[in-house]
Order: sequence, then structure tokens, then C-alpha cells
Amino acid sequence: MTPRIALALIAALASPLSAQIARKGSITAADPWSRATSPRANIGAGYVTVRNTSTQPDQLVSATSPRAAKVEIHTMSLDDSIMRMRPLPNGLEIPAGGEASLAPGGNHIMLIGLKSPLKAGERIPATLRFARAGDVRIAFKVVGAGSTVAGVRQGGRQ
Amino acid sequence: MMSVSNARTQPRGVAIRALLASGLAVGIAGCSASPDTNNRTSAAEHAGPGGGFKLVDTKGQTVTDQTLKGKPYAIFFGFTRCPDVCPTTMARMALLHKKLGTQAGKMNVVFVSVDPEHDKREDIASFLSMFDAPVIGLTGDPAELKRMEKSFKIYVERVPLPNGDYTIDHTARILLFDRDGQFADTMDAKEPEDQAVRRLSRLINA
Repeated sequence: MTPRIALALIAALASPLSAQIARKGSITAADPWSRATSPRANIGAGYVTVRNTSTQPDQLVSATSPRAAKVEIHTMSLDDSIMRMRPLPNGLEIPAGGEASLAPGGNHIMLIGLKSPLKAGERIPATLRFARAGDVRIAFKVVGAGSTVAGVRQGGRQ
Repeated sequence: MMSVSNARTQPRGVAIRALLASGLAVGIAGCSASPDTNNRTSAAEHAGPGGGFKLVDTKGQTVTDQTLKGKPYAIFFGFTRCPDVCPTTMARMALLHKKLGTQAGKMNVVFVSVDPEHDKREDIASFLSMFDAPVIGLTGDPAELKRMEKSFKIYVERVPLPNGDYTIDHTARILLFDRDGQFADTMDAKEPEDQAVRRLSRLINA
């Protein structure tokens, strides 16, 4: 282990925000999280920040999770305060040298047909498939349904 | 980036549009048409949202506009399978309610399901149980819900999805009513928490 890697490891362990970063080729998927779902719900949302260090754009084309019958990539928009949610059939572009944030109020991963409700504290495995980088395995950290976005950013407690 | 192609929009005012134009990309839930500048007098004069309704709560008790009188209330229309904006909004509402401290009991938080096709009383109870605040969850006869959505100026449209399921486009704005059941204001999801709590407190003490 080189000193640089050791330092990076220490930094990773010290910071709750970098608790989970999955990397594959030019793609990193950071801090995947999800909200707990109600006992009777069969769908859930997943959030993650995807960065692309390549000079070529990449595309998040699909996703899977052993916990859900089906996983889709959705977008949400607010127009005149009207919330509309739609699947993105072609997935989501991750710009070259840029990032795509899947976050509340915008694009998100939809876990459809949950085999059991998502419980706070769990980690839900999922695989994100990118056109260029291939498969990136992540695990959504489930936080309490009542968590605010700010609370999650402060470390995902609750 | 937001490539939603649904042409059905219902223009509701320049203020809302301007606000949305500035905040669309990062918008979370419900946007306010009128921050503190539009006071409640002018809102009432312009026949704001609101009116009579008769629904049932999660225990099967009838709840009407008359039942809610006596305390101000914050009301949000959503559905339990709405994965993003509804829990986000209810989580925020619960947080604001908690921050009211001893005053919290002096106002009600109301959730109305716009998905009578799926949401039974148990689904609504289950959904609301996730939030750390007492919320009155309402459903009812679909025709009565439609009437209420109209009088409360809530846009609701069931949209079939390619996977065979459906989603519901709906107005994701929290409406505030005073103790007399008169429309007072809307809540902006991006308003700083302390400011929002002060606004709720003013409504309680008005």
C-alpha cells in the first residue's frame, strides 16, 4: 500500500459523506441512498450522484436490483407546481467530465415491485448499467422516510 | 435535462411561472405562489382555493371542512405510491410541525390521497406512519375527491405508464388555511425552515 492510497483510505474512513463510492472506469457513483418505504408500499426511490471523468459522455441506460421486480430511471418535473413523473426510456446522460445527480425533486431510480419494504439502516444492492463504463454495483443506504434532504447530506443519519 | 413531454399545462399566474423558471431544476416539492407579500386578505378577495368537503380519515371517521375549523391547517394532496415528492413534502411538513414545539398541537396537518383507485385507508395510515407528526389522512368517494380537488385548485391526472402501471400528475403545493377555514397562503419547499416555522406560528397566533 503506497502512502497515497493509505492517506486516501484514511480520508475515506474519516468522512461520512465519502462512505460509499463505487467506481468503474471513468464512472463513479457516490452516496447512493433511499428512503424507507411504508409497510404497504411496493415501490421506492433511489438517489445517487454519478460522475464521469471521461472526455466522452456516458449513458446510464438501465438498472437492476435483487430487491425489486423492476428498476427504472425516472425524471420528475415541476411545472406550475404540478409534479409530473415519467420514465426515461433511454436513460440518463452523464456528460463528459460532468455529473448527473439523481436526487429528490429530479431524476431518480425507481424500484418497482419491492419484495419487501425498505427499512432504515438497510443497504439495498443494485447494479447501474452504463453504455460505456459497463456495470457499476452500488448499495442504496436506506434512511428514515422522515429524513430531510439536508439531513441526508449531513451524513444520512436517522 | 427535464424531458417531460406532457403538453397539458394550466397556467395559473405569472408569479408561479417566474418562481418555477428560477427553481425548476432543483425544485423539491410545492412552490409558493405568494410568499409573505400576498397577504391573506388579498388571497381571500380573489376567491382562493378551498370550500366544503366531506371525506373520511384513516379510522373511517367523517372529516369535513367544518370538522377542521377552529385550528389552522396545512393540507397536501398526494398519493402513497408517489416515491419522491410526497414523502419529501410530508417529511418537511413533519419537521416544521415538530419545530413548532408547544404550538404544534394548535394546528393540523392534513394529507388527502388523490389515488382512490389504490389508496385505501390502511395504505394512507401506513404511509403517514412513517412521519413523525400527527397527520390527518383523508380519502373518500372518488367523485367527492374530484370536487374537492377542483375547489382546492389541485390539478390531478392519472397517467398510464409504459410498464402497465400508472402515476398521478398532481399539484405538489402545501396550502395553508386559517382557523376559519379561509385560504391563507401556500408553502414553498425551498423556504428556510426557521422562516417557514415563523410563518406557521403567525398563522396559529393570528
